[in-house]
Amino acid sequence: MSAAQRSVPVVIEQASRQFGGFAALKGISLAIAPGELVALLGPSGSGKTTLLRLIAGLDQADQGRILFDGVDADVLSLRDRRIGMVFQSYALFRHMTVADNIAFGLRARPRRTRPPESEIRQRVGALLDLVQLPGLEARFPSQLSGGQRQRVALARALAIEPRVLLLDEPFGALDAKVRKDLRAWLRALHDQTGHTTLFVTHDQEEALELADRVAILNDGLLEQVGTPDAVYDHPATAFVCGFLGEANHIPVELKGGEALFDGSPVFHAGANTSGPGALYVRPHHFRFDIPGATALDGHVANVRRHGAIRRAEVAVRGLARKLDVDIFSAVAPAVGERVGLRVTGGHVFAGA
Amino acid sequence: MSAVVRRNGAGAWRERSVIPGFGLSFGIIVTALSLVVLIPLAALVLKAASAGPEDIWALATSRRVLSALRVSFGVALLAAAINVVFGLIIAWVLVRYDFPGRRLVDAAVDLPFALPTAVAGIALAALYAPNGWIGAPLAQLGIKVGYTPAGILMALIFIGLPFVVRTVQPVLAEMEAELEEAAALLGASRWKTLTSVVLPPVLPAVLTGFTLAFARAVGEYGSVIFIAGNIPMVSEIAPLLIFIRLEQFDYAGAAVIGVLMLLLSFILILGLNLLQAALRRRLGHV
Amino acid sequence: MSDANLAAIEMPEARIARRDGAAARIVLVTLALGFLALFLALPLAIVFIEAFARGWQAYRNGLADPDALAAIWLTLVVAAIAVPVNVVVGIAGAWAIAKHEFRGKSLLVSLVDLPFSVSPVIAGLVFVLLFGAQGYFGPVLASYGVEIIFALPGIVLATLFVTFPFIARELIPHMQALGNAEEETALTLGASGWRTFCMVTLPNIKWSLLYGVLLCNARAMGEFGAVAVVSGKIRGLTTTMPLHVEILYNEYMSVAAFAVASLLALLALVTLAAKSFLEWRHADEIAASRRH
Repeated sequence: MSAAQRSVPVVIEQASRQFGGFAALKGISLAIAPGELVALLGPSGSGKTTLLRLIAGLDQADQGRILFDGVDADVLSLRDRRIGMVFQSYALFRHMTVADNIAFGLRARPRRTRPPESEIRQRVGALLDLVQLPGLEARFPSQLSGGQRQRVALARALAIEPRVLLLDEPFGALDAKVRKDLRAWLRALHDQTGHTTLFVTHDQEEALELADRVAILNDGLLEQVGTPDAVYDHPATAFVCGFLGEANHIPVELKGGEALFDGSPVFHAGANTSGPGALYVRPHHFRFDIPGATALDGHVANVRRHGAIRRAEVAVRGLARKLDVDIFSAVAPAVGERVGLRVTGGHVFAGA
Repeated sequence: MSAVVRRNGAGAWRERSVIPGFGLSFGIIVTALSLVVLIPLAALVLKAASAGPEDIWALATSRRVLSALRVSFGVALLAAAINVVFGLIIAWVLVRYDFPGRRLVDAAVDLPFALPTAVAGIALAALYAPNGWIGAPLAQLGIKVGYTPAGILMALIFIGLPFVVRTVQPVLAEMEAELEEAAALLGASRWKTLTSVVLPPVLPAVLTGFTLAFARAVGEYGSVIFIAGNIPMVSEIAPLLIFIRLEQFDYAGAAVIGVLMLLLSFILILGLNLLQAALRRRLGHV
Repeated sequence: MSDANLAAIEMPEARIARRDGAAARIVLVTLALGFLALFLALPLAIVFIEAFARGWQAYRNGLADPDALAAIWLTLVVAAIAVPVNVVVGIAGAWAIAKHEFRGKSLLVSLVDLPFSVSPVIAGLVFVLLFGAQGYFGPVLASYGVEIIFALPGIVLATLFVTFPFIARELIPHMQALGNAEEETALTLGASGWRTFCMVTLPNIKWSLLYGVLLCNARAMGEFGAVAVVSGKIRGLTTTMPLHVEILYNEYMSVAAFAVASLLALLALVTLAAKSFLEWRHADEIAASRRH
């Protein structure tokens, strides 16, 4: 399928949505290029599903516009938007076979534009091949596994040759092993079909691995948009830094380009701001040092296995929460041992 | 009691369970069921059989009995069908729309369960008799409802009204909103969405409601006799025939008609239940 | 999604694809309300209108009649016997069916439900066949001076038959949904079976039991067909309220008939109100089945 020409750019301009007194979206702007795979990432209640539903046309923005290929989507009926949507629950029609589910959108077309039945059947077969479920035409959804249902839902969405593909937590209902397999498969499928695709997820690992760009939402606002590398390495806000990957939060005082903890500099902040700030340090950006060498001084409370490496929890004087510190060398500090911590990399944000 | 009863009761026909009291509770329900329901119904069959094949055949094929059965079953089926249509509409309106007094209307749907049938009967008679509140104006237009099968229909609609609503309502309420949204996004019109996505999963419940409404209506007596007019061969229902036979002390005749009614309705209910099971399978409730 | 957000999504306004056109909405609501007005509201209203057609005094005279009072008393007595019996039998049945696995269980469930699909007239008939003057046991009982048909026992039996499924029907799905875990816990903690039932099971099922009692009571007090067959309709002796209504109506004593009927209608309204309250307040604790 050469969907690349059919895929369109999507532009969201200052979209806002309130439910009763609750502001789910507070003016979001986002431009998505044709054929791009974008992840909407955020915690529960951040507004990501609301945004997806606005784009789908299942809900209407109170303010702002959504443009498909430069055309205001408000003038388009749900049918004319040509959105392929995969719901988190898949929303398969359980009284229809897999084939009837996939063919539903084609058969729902007005008679003039409806393909002949033979062509519909052939396209259902091609789509089932595409999602790697050949021969399952006659099954009912209840006879499929979770992963299979998800692929049928995707085939059904692709059948209408959508201009935009929307996926709401596409892997949310699957177990961990299936998730991983489907993730790689979906990426390959996207490379093959080239649809403009948005997917909602709360799983940062999923977003970073799968998407061309990641849009991070929090509390109805867009925190940052960028490539996975950009948002991970250069988080624009404290929220993004804390949400993407693991990071230790250390309250600091900013002065003369330095981040001060307990009066002593612990990290070179760069920007010359003053006042309270927050220093975020990922566990692999600590090095152990002799006790008293830095202001970050404490004792090892605990050492645990963490995948390929081991990780220490260090209780630092003046910090309520223990710091997670990766241990790289074979020689590990013993539990209870006094240590100092040196920061080799981090992100500093002004404000408390 | 627990230990002893449990050990005694744990035959091969039941799974062992730590929950005590099976013997006692099973004994109570089976005894009560036998005394109140099963033995009396057995007496009915026994009495009917005592009539002898020729008498049974003669009675079963007599014009008056056939006519009464036709009225009872025909009108009950029609009433259940009408209740399906309006029951669906009422359930839809109650689940999907918000309007002032919705909760009150929702509660009121169960009135036929709570209102004694005799009360409904005289109220309907007061409404639809030729000199009644509605009957009189209708009579002027040349339409007769009271004392005709149409009157029976009114009573049976009343009696069966809640069944379809109450079986369909929870199914509609629990239906995933995403199904309709998916259909709309796939380009289906609202009508197409309703007929091919919303309605099919509801059909088994509709059929259940139809069966319950029919089962209740076919044997109904209290609400019907006041408004039926009870004209032999026209608006006489089968339960009334039983009554008449009893008043003539023709126990066997009454029993024969009773068994006939039960047989017919059980066959119909069985058929409807089989249809419903088939429908559920077709609809993917595997 | 936070709860607030989810709740918002559930609001109909947020579901564009689920909206029906305004015209369709108006037509459907009108059809539904019109149908209910015609078949429910109007008959109910007529009962009270006819009852008060000749004023308050005539209404009171209808109710104060000794035969009417006797009918009210008999109705209360019948319900006072039939409902408690059904409570015991219904709880026992639900306990056996919901808490245990045994062969023939689905047959037992069907048999418990059987009275729902038997005509009330047949429910009365079967007891006449057993205990009537020419019934199987009638003559024997008569020789000992025991009267069942045309007397209180027959009325109670017929009422028991038609109300038999009501309480078990409410309790079985609810007890099945609750499972056995709490009872098993109580038993492992050393409680006796009886104590487990009283302290664990009964509190859990009390609202669905009350729900069943309400429906059972309404039917017991309002039953007409079954009772009509066995009662013999001896005024002041074997007429329950519904039968008294029939006698008065057939004697063209419309106001008196509707006056007694209005009491039964009030009973129905109170039942509905209590039932709605239970559904609203204790929705989780009554069986999801609102089938009958």
